[in-house]
Amino acid sequence: MKRTDTQHIATLAHIPINNDQDKDLTAAFNETLETIKTLQEVKVGGVEPTHQVTGLENVYREDEVHKDTMFTQDQALKNAHRTYQGFIVVPRILEK
Amino acid sequence: MNAQNPSINRRTEAYTLICGMEVHAELKTASKMFCGCTNNPFFAEKPNTHTCPVCLGMPGGLPVANKTAIEWTIKLGLALGCDINLFSKFDRKHYFYPDLPKGYQISQYDIPFCTGGAVETSHGPVRLTRIHLEEDTAKMIHATLDGEKVSMIDHNRAGVPLVEIVSEPDVTSPAQAAEYGRNLREIMRYLEIADCDMEQGGMRLEANISLQSTEQAERGQLPEYKVEVKNINSFRFLENAISHEVERQGEVLDTGVLPAQETRGYNSTKDITFTQRAKEDAADYRYMPDPDLPPFQFAQSQIKEWQHQLPELPGSVRTRWSDTYGLNNQALKMLVVNAEQTAWLDSVFALAEKQGILPKKIAAALVNKQLEINPESTPESVLKTYQKQTASSSVDAQQLSTTIQKILTQHPDAVAKYQAGETQVLGFFMGQAMRVVGNNADAGQVRVEIERQLKQL
Repeated sequence: MKRTDTQHIATLAHIPINNDQDKDLTAAFNETLETIKTLQEVKVGGVEPTHQVTGLENVYREDEVHKDTMFTQDQALKNAHRTYQGFIVVPRILEK
Repeated sequence: MNAQNPSINRRTEAYTLICGMEVHAELKTASKMFCGCTNNPFFAEKPNTHTCPVCLGMPGGLPVANKTAIEWTIKLGLALGCDINLFSKFDRKHYFYPDLPKGYQISQYDIPFCTGGAVETSHGPVRLTRIHLEEDTAKMIHATLDGEKVSMIDHNRAGVPLVEIVSEPDVTSPAQAAEYGRNLREIMRYLEIADCDMEQGGMRLEANISLQSTEQAERGQLPEYKVEVKNINSFRFLENAISHEVERQGEVLDTGVLPAQETRGYNSTKDITFTQRAKEDAADYRYMPDPDLPPFQFAQSQIKEWQHQLPELPGSVRTRWSDTYGLNNQALKMLVVNAEQTAWLDSVFALAEKQGILPKKIAAALVNKQLEINPESTPESVLKTYQKQTASSSVDAQQLSTTIQKILTQHPDAVAKYQAGETQVLGFFMGQAMRVVGNNADAGQVRVEIERQLKQL
């Protein structure tokens, strides 16, 4: 992995990083990838991809409203860092 | 600007528009896609009142798929001639944005419910790539609070079932794009699976636009770039946005440069598109099967049953009513609205024919609101009302003649006055005659008959 990859991931995550950090992070990512690489030695030819491990299928719910599991506005906003008139407030990302 | 704009016509001589559409529509189920919260984001009294641990993305929340939403998505696919994947699943699409509390959107990646199919337009069919089901994101309102630019988030919309209909790049004009969108909206409304309220964002349009040069067209090559225009909430804006892009991209290509691959927004006030963000690649989304949601295996018999439950589609109803009853375009446009109304009108028209009344006349009466469109009322009562109305508006000539003759005989003084030149007594005779033939009678017809008989005396 290159430093440009790290910068790209940082951009996607909206996390600002400086030059020193991307150098350190790139090294850390590469170390992790090196370890994970061991997995690539496993021969998986002819093995069906696993979508899930429960063996369950066709799990649905009927289209019904369950008021009892719904939050009040106060409950919904309880963990929010900042609120305004019932909205959760965050710094703006899209700049027009 | 529109397709008639001469500068665009100049461009299209050198370049062909290559345009594919992505249409999102919120399904009008009672509850959300993966939880039991109320699905009614536009009419919630307050923000963040239709939420629970699942749609707020809290740790431990377990999504369970809404059966009706899946059924409706597959029915939409069947209505549009799609192939239905008997095995399907939900996947996680990861990206970081404040409207997405989990950090991923539950969507469908490689095995959507529906593939293929087409939407017919008067410019030719637009083939579909796929239709998949996903969850809508929270609604963001951009504002300035205490001088700081912020986004305000309302999760009432988070987790609302959302179908995405993706087309092949078969759209060749701005007008065709708009017609494609209108036809999709009509079908979804007709199936009563979505309201498609554009202003509220219940239906959202995106166009992938690029221009093909004459040489590329000759070699059968597609352009090497595409520009995605997002967040278009009216069909007119869609036409304008595409026209604008045709012109903008044409100018860029004229200088020998490839337009940048990007996502642009449309500003309807200024009628321009603007750069929104650099597009993430599929790899950046790190799609993976959602381990919380077991996959689906549909029986062919189930799909057949859903196909069987589909109503006759609006296009077919229009052709049938036009061919069988001679209904005009205005009537067809107004009367073919949803399956329930069509079934009701079919029984009204059938009974009308039986009673010797032209269905065309009933349709006209419904269009000009002389008759009420109300599937609750019986066809018998509709026709009874119609007969009462028409019986009164034109009176049987023989009956009218006898009635007036009687009135004139009974009022010799008034007749004498008329003959002496006091023509205002005509009003008196009119009043007498109308009382007998009914107040809804054609007054002109009655007046003509009175005058005719008076002159003959």
